[in-house]
Amino acid sequence: MGRLPAPLADLQARYGPHLEYAPPGGFAARGEPDRRVQTHCCFCGQQCGVTLAVKDEKVIAVEPWEEFPFNQGKLCPKGVKRYLQSNHRDRLTRPLVRTGRGFAPIPWDEALDIVAERIERLQRLHGPDAMAVLSGASLTNEKAYLMGKFARLAVGTRHIDYNGRLCMVAAGAANLKAFGIDRAANPWADIPLTDLVLVTGANVSECSPITTDYIWRARDRGAKVIVIDPRLTPIARTADLYLPVKPGHDSALMNAILHGVIRLGGVDERFVEAHTTGFDAVRETVAGYAPEAVEHLVGVPAHRIEQAARMWTQAPRTMLLHARGIEHHTKGVENVLSCINLVLATGRIGRPGCGYATITGQGNGQGAREHGQRCNQLPGARDIENPAHRAEIATFWGVPEATLPGKGATAPEIVALAHRGEVRGLLSLCFNPLVSLPDARFTREALERLDFFVAIDFFMSETARHADLILPGSLHEEDDGTVTNVEGRVIRIRKAVDPPGEARRDWEIICAIAARLGKESLFRFDSSEAIFEELRRASRGGLADYSGITWKKIEERMGVFWPCPSIDHPGTPRLFEGGRFAHPGGRARFHAVEHRPPADDVDAAYPIRLTTGRVVSQFLSGNQTRRIGPLVDQYPEPLLEMHPILAGRLGIRDGERVRVRSRRDAIELRAQVVATIRPDTVFVPYHWPGEQSVNRLTHRSYDPVAGIPEFKVSAVRIERLDEVAP
Amino acid sequence: MSRLDHATLFIDPQRCIGCQACVQACSECPSHDGVSMIHLDEVHRATTVQTAPSVCMHCEDPACVAVCPADAIHKDAHGVVHTAATERCIGCANCVLACPFGVPKHDTRTELMTKCDLCYDRTSRDLRPMCATVCPSGALFYGTREEVEDERQARPIDVFDIGGQAVRTRVAYMLPAHETVLHVAEPAGPRRSVAETCLEEALW
Repeated sequence: MGRLPAPLADLQARYGPHLEYAPPGGFAARGEPDRRVQTHCCFCGQQCGVTLAVKDEKVIAVEPWEEFPFNQGKLCPKGVKRYLQSNHRDRLTRPLVRTGRGFAPIPWDEALDIVAERIERLQRLHGPDAMAVLSGASLTNEKAYLMGKFARLAVGTRHIDYNGRLCMVAAGAANLKAFGIDRAANPWADIPLTDLVLVTGANVSECSPITTDYIWRARDRGAKVIVIDPRLTPIARTADLYLPVKPGHDSALMNAILHGVIRLGGVDERFVEAHTTGFDAVRETVAGYAPEAVEHLVGVPAHRIEQAARMWTQAPRTMLLHARGIEHHTKGVENVLSCINLVLATGRIGRPGCGYATITGQGNGQGAREHGQRCNQLPGARDIENPAHRAEIATFWGVPEATLPGKGATAPEIVALAHRGEVRGLLSLCFNPLVSLPDARFTREALERLDFFVAIDFFMSETARHADLILPGSLHEEDDGTVTNVEGRVIRIRKAVDPPGEARRDWEIICAIAARLGKESLFRFDSSEAIFEELRRASRGGLADYSGITWKKIEERMGVFWPCPSIDHPGTPRLFEGGRFAHPGGRARFHAVEHRPPADDVDAAYPIRLTTGRVVSQFLSGNQTRRIGPLVDQYPEPLLEMHPILAGRLGIRDGERVRVRSRRDAIELRAQVVATIRPDTVFVPYHWPGEQSVNRLTHRSYDPVAGIPEFKVSAVRIERLDEVAP
Repeated sequence: MSRLDHATLFIDPQRCIGCQACVQACSECPSHDGVSMIHLDEVHRATTVQTAPSVCMHCEDPACVAVCPADAIHKDAHGVVHTAATERCIGCANCVLACPFGVPKHDTRTELMTKCDLCYDRTSRDLRPMCATVCPSGALFYGTREEVEDERQARPIDVFDIGGQAVRTRVAYMLPAHETVLHVAEPAGPRRSVAETCLEEALW
């Protein structure tokens, strides 16, 4: 049933993306707001504080919220223009049902009846796990908690997972292995206090722009900056040292840096002895990664690797920051562990100005991975396969432990199960897999094979176009809740306006479906805060303990850092103080990591490495930002970034349209010839669908532990077209 | 006393990340709705990701004021050089040609000159300009000279040698700490940064 119900052009004409440029009635009509609401940006994991100006029950502007300590009014262009998603002509305001010629509005009761009836029929015929749930990391903590409970107890499927699978899971799994807990080790206030910032695989300037200021505040105190990236990004431009690593070779490079540090005598033997286990195996492994031995493997000359080792060794305090650049790999977990090895070997953690963090990408990248919407997780970051954890949550929910489903499939695996016909039905909220998953053609085929697909969405995403039913949910500014920012600080999202038309708050929709599935007693919430109250109690005793956090406390303190195990507890901005880690016994664990080649490696037929990422003016799959005119104008289409040496060899001029072909598919893009990327590597941002979707080229290869896709390395070749762009 | 008597904008291109938050925020201002008075320049994208915001420098002796035949451009007691008064501006674009920093723009639709007025709507009420409030890298800073010197290693400069003529400005540029003079056009071509050298050394 999942083929497009109407020609694509018809769907685009009706549901967009159209471009919005001005507030309701135009700039001249804007006037003074009736009220101002202090909340946070709806986009990335920095979660900058913003003020939304409201007039006549419409959001008319964003104003800086200078008192919020994390960003002090600072914003990126997305934060400034986010208000243009409110009052947008593309906004879904009525439930829609697929017809022979497109979509038609239907009443809510009818829509909800269909959802319950189709889920029940499908599960009766094919078993409970034939229905799957896909969820998102832009959702509030309350909704993340609700989705996990909904899938396990109302739908009764083990298959629920979220799009954080494309974002945070490699770092999360590695943090859990090494530290026994998965959270940024330090508050961002520690960055300006450090002596050396090492940024690896993080295009800070475009993906977490306000972190740039934190790094410069450190520099103003005399700190040095090392950047590791295949592209010379804006944060790399002024770095004291820049290592242009070959995509897919991060752990080998990090091993080589640690080799250099050991050679310089930089190991903190006292810290390693007192607070860690497993360093001998790491020492033995990195012995094989002498800078001079691996320089051609990693693409960086030995003297630069040694320089990095020297800078790291000499700096009294260090902060290591990484993001998707090292995590989007079939060895994402190993790459992260190789970074943690360097931090632990030198004892650089758990002190002011000294520590480590992954930079979360999605709005609630931290919180949405803690409350049980992951395929392997229960609330409080508990393990769904741990009998004790299962018993705790089953008791808390008042259900027999045996009725709690087990570990389910990851999001990409759910799509593969749909492709194979094992998953027959899908409910999705806050996920646009057709744009965001690798190998987009495969994802489209999977969607087309579903018997039943219901999407909850505020705009009709490319994925929702394949749905049987689309239920209009809520935008960020239309509901109350909390999220947990990049630092582990739990903060308040405040409702500015009500959902328009017949649109409903997401949690109300989920509870209504649960009620129709006969589980009303488990989903009797009268507010988002009531969900939080249940969430915080469910988290008690778990790793991610929110039990001492209340909305009131968050509001009074401008956020509370978890773990916060009791109401009188102030929260925990910095983890691991005094070298105490979360594993039983309190020791951190080293993990020796050997380099492995990327899954889709280059060869004679596909000799160029493609890597993908973001631009500052767009966000993730673009379902929101591709509808905001000033952001689209800033970077209207994906460009193929390539070095003049490569362009010269292929005879390609700047601005020329070229074909990029991988082992899956081919797309055509304009070339941007720039000397700010490795000559053996090309880059394309991934925010676009269809003909412009770079995820048609990426491949379905995953980290064996975390299940994160290898977006950062695909082998491609580049072909000239006959016609040349003017 | 108004903070505007002591505070000004400081521009540090070292920090600029080219994100355009300043441009997008400026376009939100009620006095020039939807149009930005700040411009973001890519220096030479083929070779560098260097970008730089340009705002009005609010010269001590503004060339735009001197060449305006209609007396439309006014420098006030705070030293703020205001955008052309719409009732006087004749759209001749003399100011566009005269400005040594290339700031005023001639709007062909309205036949008027427009330019940055140091966010006078906000700064006259002791609010920071929108561009400097949102700038996520600190490339735009609004405050006093003492504040910026206290917080940063880079040093402010407000004298520019343009074709042998010294131009003093109210808005300052931040010079990297170890520099005393910055040649915008290096006689021997642009200097190579550490990062550029590192990328040229990449093995592949």
